This record gives sequence, structure tokens and C-alpha cells, in this order.
Amino acid sequence: MNLAYYPGCALHGSSNDYEQSLRTCLAQLDVTPQEINEWICCGATAAHALNHKLSVALPARNLALAEQQGFKELFAPCPMCSMQLLKAAKLMTEDAALQQEVSTIIEAEASGRIEVLNLIQVFQRVGAERIKAAVKHPLADLKPACYYGCLLTRPPEVVKFDDPEQPQSMESIVALLGAKPVDWNSRTECCGAGMTMAKEATVLELSQRILTDAQQHGANCLVTACPMCHVNLDMKQRDIERHAAAKFELPVYYLSDLVGLALGVSREELGIDRHFVVAK
Amino acid sequence: MNSEKTELLESLEATRWAVCYQCGKCTAGCPVAAGTDMAPNQIVRAVQLGHGEQAMRSDAIWACVSCQTCSTRCPQSVDCAGIMDVLREFSLRYGLASPEQRSVVAFQEAFLNNIRRNGRLDEIELIAEFKLRVMASRPSIPFLMKDAGLAPELQKRRKLHLRGEKVKNRDVVRRIFERCAPGGKGKGTAAGKPAARNGKHG
Repeated sequence: MNLAYYPGCALHGSSNDYEQSLRTCLAQLDVTPQEINEWICCGATAAHALNHKLSVALPARNLALAEQQGFKELFAPCPMCSMQLLKAAKLMTEDAALQQEVSTIIEAEASGRIEVLNLIQVFQRVGAERIKAAVKHPLADLKPACYYGCLLTRPPEVVKFDDPEQPQSMESIVALLGAKPVDWNSRTECCGAGMTMAKEATVLELSQRILTDAQQHGANCLVTACPMCHVNLDMKQRDIERHAAAKFELPVYYLSDLVGLALGVSREELGIDRHFVVAK
Repeated sequence: MNSEKTELLESLEATRWAVCYQCGKCTAGCPVAAGTDMAPNQIVRAVQLGHGEQAMRSDAIWACVSCQTCSTRCPQSVDCAGIMDVLREFSLRYGLASPEQRSVVAFQEAFLNNIRRNGRLDEIELIAEFKLRVMASRPSIPFLMKDAGLAPELQKRRKLHLRGEKVKNRDVVRRIFERCAPGGKGKGTAAGKPAARNGKHG
């Protein structure tokens, strides 16, 4: 798999445990994503909330760079980034005039035809058989609540991935590892996303609902494939507990943590020891 | 005012606001509707009635977490989340943002400034600029000091980067921002051309 890698700002910032996790895990499966030179921020919520044109131009620049650097597939492990990349690609492939205009703005030609993959899709490319065969330590004690958040499956006409209401792709992967994913309601509810700093009360309330639901359905951990969801549910969990006057103590894993653990990689190598909530 | 209205309607065109029949499904699924001054279906109604300015002054557009649930579930394929984006953009341009929501505006503006300067996000710089912007309009020591205790916790986990990454070619980033600015050198309005926001459905 000759895979371009767009880390996005979070994975080179305070979510660098996610990068450590996925690089270590994917190396076990002989997948070595190549970071795009000179990638820039996708603009995230700030761009699409304040300036639509910028919200197309910034991701388009990254698509162009990946294309120029000879890649056909681009792995973007942050769902915000991958949604922004997919949206820019979709808009440009549907509208030749826009594609031309954007190319002028970004000083590079972006066709928008490169394929953008999230982490779950990379595991799907590796294949269920391959992952299953590589499992050394089945995660029989784990009952994870698989948490997709907003943007892995939404907007569906942009991301075209799994079912926006009842996704199952993450459950399928953790089941290969011997874990027993719980059935619960909040798979695609929002955790408060980028409001962590700007409006903390929103994050505390929305994340509280998610952790409560996971707990009530018998989960002993959560699994996510999003750096923002991880920040809100893991780093803020003590604050959420205070807000909800409840105890959760639910470790939050990246999907690559669980695959890595099952494949025999240590917690330290995956960076799990760098999370805030640690499994007892 | 007429040209402003035309511009707003052009930017909203691809959101299909006109076909909303007020079933309320957007509001039923909205995670923040209960705590805001206008529910998503009321926002769409305001647009239909030509009361866009009322929506631009609402707290609701800044409470929106852009989770896309409303747009995903709309039986008429109205892009309600896209409407929120357009209203925020125009609210800011016309200086109508609700003072109560200053912190969200300050955060988003600080975020974009940061990208314009560095090409990539510098988290410490972002937090500093965000706090200064909020402090300038509403000085508060508890607000300033909040999260300070987080720094050593992040440091302990090797998650704190005192200096963020910068791309080498920052000039091109600056030019992209210039061309995308309202009234910038790119064609059309900064809110984008009416052709599509999320693109075609199906």
C-alpha cells in the first residue's frame, strides 16, 4: 500500500499519542504511510464556519500536494481533516469551474481524484483475515463501546462511509480482536467537538451523555478513531465526572491501540500510558 | 441592503432552505437545541421569511457544534448545517454576532489567524491569542487562569509543544488567505459560489 499520510495538526500537537499508536500498529501490518511534504492545516471548523472558500482551498492544497508527490491514496486519521479533504475533492470533481478557480487560489493543480481513507478503511484494506491471523493476545476481557462521533459517517453524501445512524465497521474490527463490543445508542452522537476551549460547558454536557450511555450499556472502555473525541472523552473525563456528579473511569482507546494490543504490541509502545484515564 | 440580501441568498442557494416544511426532525436530533434561543427549524424558518438578520444575531448559530446530524436526517435534504455556516460567515461580516457568543467567535478567529501565520496549528499560540481576545472584551482572571493546571499534565504525557510546527512555504499560505478573504482576488463571494456546499446528493 503506497499510502500518503496527512496527519493534520492534532496528531502533531497534543494528540501525538494517536500518531504514535497508529504508526506502531500499522507497522505490524506492513503499512507505512508516507507523510506529505509541506502539508497545511485543513482549516477545520473555523474555516467552514467563517469562510467557505477557505474551507475548500486549504484541504485542496493538501490534495494537490499529495497528487504532486505521486500518491493515489491519502490516509487522514482525523475525521475532521478527512471530511474536509473529501468535501473539497467532491466539490472540485463535480464542478470544473470551481476546480480551476481553486487551483489558481492554491497555486497548484488539484484534480480531487485521489482517494481519501480514514483509519477504519485502512484496516479494511489490510483485510479481516490478515488482522485475525495476526492476533496474538485476544482482548477477551474488553467490552468496548465503539464511538464514531460525527464526522466519520457524516455528511453521508460527502464521506460515503458506513451507515450514518447505525455504523458497524468499528465493531467488526474489534470483534476480530476477540473483544465484545456492546450495543449502545450514542455511536454517532456529538461529543462537543471543537468547543473544548471555546465553550467547555457544551463539551461537558454532550460528553457526559456519551459516557453515561456507554456505562449503562455495560461497556468497560470506549474506542474512537478521532483525536477530538479522544481529547473530550479522555482528557476531560475528570471534569465531566465533576459536571455529572458521576464516576465513569472509562479508558478511551484509539482503534489502533486495540488492534496493536491484540497484535502483541505493548501499551507503552502504543502510547496508551500517555492517556489521562488509565485502565485499572 | 438589497445587494447584501442577494449575496446572502446566493450563498444559501445550495442549502435548499426553501423546501423545508417544518417537520422539526433537525431540532429533534440537535444535541444543543435545548439550550439555545432558536432551534434549527426556527433558523430555517427565519431564512424562509426573510428574517436572516434575526438568525445572524442569534446565540444558536454559535452554539451549533457542526455535527451534521440535522443535514443528515432532513427528509427534504435541506443542508441545515450549511445554513448555519453561511449565517455565521455573514453574521461576522456584518458585525451581528451575539456578544454572548464572543468566546466562540474569538476562538474561530484566533484559529484561522494561527493557520495564516504558521500553516499549521500552534496550540499554545492559539490558546494565548484566544484568551487575549476574550480578555480584551471581558477581563476575567479565572478565565485567564483556567486550564493553566492542564499544562503540567500535558507535559507529563509529552503532549505539550512549546513551539508548534511551521510549514516552510508560509508565503503561499498567506496568499491563499488573501485570495479567500471577502472581496479578495478569488472570484465570487467569500461565502463561496452558490453551486454547491456539500456538492450533489446521492
